[in-house]
Amino acid sequence: MVSPDFENSFQKKIDSEIKIEPKDWMPDAYRKTNIRQISQHAHSEVVGMLPEGNWIGRAPSLKRKAILLAKVQDEGGHGLYLYAAAETLGISRDEMINDLHTGKAKYSSIFNYPTLTWADIGAVGWLVDGAAIMNQVMLTRTSYGPYARGMVRICKEESFHQRQGFESLLVLSRGTKEQKEMCQDAINRWWWPALMMFGPHDNESQHSEQSMLWKIKRKSNDELRQNFVVMIAEQIKTLGMKLPDPDLKWNEERKHYDFGEINWEEFWQVVKGNGPCNKQRLEARRKAHDEGQWVRDAAMAYAKKESKKTPTN
Amino acid sequence: MNTTFIRKFFYGDIPDEKGGESSYEVKQDTTTWPLWEVFIRSKQGLDHKHAGSLHASDAKMAIENARDVYTRRMEGVSIWVVESKYIHATNPEEAGELFEPAEDKIYRHPTFYQLPDEVNKM
Repeated sequence: MVSPDFENSFQKKIDSEIKIEPKDWMPDAYRKTNIRQISQHAHSEVVGMLPEGNWIGRAPSLKRKAILLAKVQDEGGHGLYLYAAAETLGISRDEMINDLHTGKAKYSSIFNYPTLTWADIGAVGWLVDGAAIMNQVMLTRTSYGPYARGMVRICKEESFHQRQGFESLLVLSRGTKEQKEMCQDAINRWWWPALMMFGPHDNESQHSEQSMLWKIKRKSNDELRQNFVVMIAEQIKTLGMKLPDPDLKWNEERKHYDFGEINWEEFWQVVKGNGPCNKQRLEARRKAHDEGQWVRDAAMAYAKKESKKTPTN
Repeated sequence: MNTTFIRKFFYGDIPDEKGGESSYEVKQDTTTWPLWEVFIRSKQGLDHKHAGSLHASDAKMAIENARDVYTRRMEGVSIWVVESKYIHATNPEEAGELFEPAEDKIYRHPTFYQLPDEVNKM
């Protein structure tokens, strides 16, 4: 049994906006929640490289190839910041990677959808990264110090991802008839999965919101989703495209856009592993990891040999 | 306060039991690369500041990886790396006895001393 004093002083720190640092006392559940959330976030960055990596060699110009390469490299870096933040809570990198590869740990379901055309890469940048940014900006103020610092770094880099995506769609939206159609088609396919990224409705939980109380999260799923809809519904006007939702309309009373219901059956199916690309994504990850084993072994063997050769002072 | 873990599905936080099945065999990495702490000097004349950490097999690789991860946008002109196990730190539990004694020694600050206006620029 934990002394209530510890619990109380922990909550008092949170309430007065004092960050929690790795060696500070924290409730087990706080540690576990953070490990799960940060590692899933890290896995999302890493798996998120796969649908885009698919297009690096096929991007339509050298400029677009360089941009996409830089973006994918950022995502690898973001995964690393996040894994490092989770490691400060006492879980090892290997354990996290194993949890991803066995399917125990999840990553954002959005990456289980395929990137079928070049316009998908623009739509991913604008909609998927746009949705991720809503969450990430909030997380720069999360209560766990290493997570918050990682998010600050990530947010600085992430804005380029969304802007390049929008700009790429803008070019298509001003192009030929076929390019316009391709642009609209990508938006049609990515819109609903992007909305699902925010997770189930707030009222689906019968419990009080512990993550809010601990300030791991500061905004609810529905709140973030609503902000996202408003942002995108305005931005799409510049593209001259349409969002695939007949119920989407401005609500003067609420000063918000109303929008249609998400297909939650699809959401849970994809989470459970039955999305279009779940199998493919995990297999690509496992293959990369397993085939890289000899490189990791060789590097370590070399380092050991060298350290024997040249004694440190 | 109630310590039971209260479950709520947040974005980026999918609970374990909602996951699917897998037949992938857990592999134990035989060689885990050690952890390194990275310090970056953002420009000449400034201190190196802690930027983050990474895994690498040796110092050379740690510096190369730090360069790729932490200085892609001109964030640095110099990198230090040190294996994390060599960093010694104070304990949060000792923070009180270590740092609180400084709180009541206001005479260590220049503003403690009231001087006439004509010499107050001192």
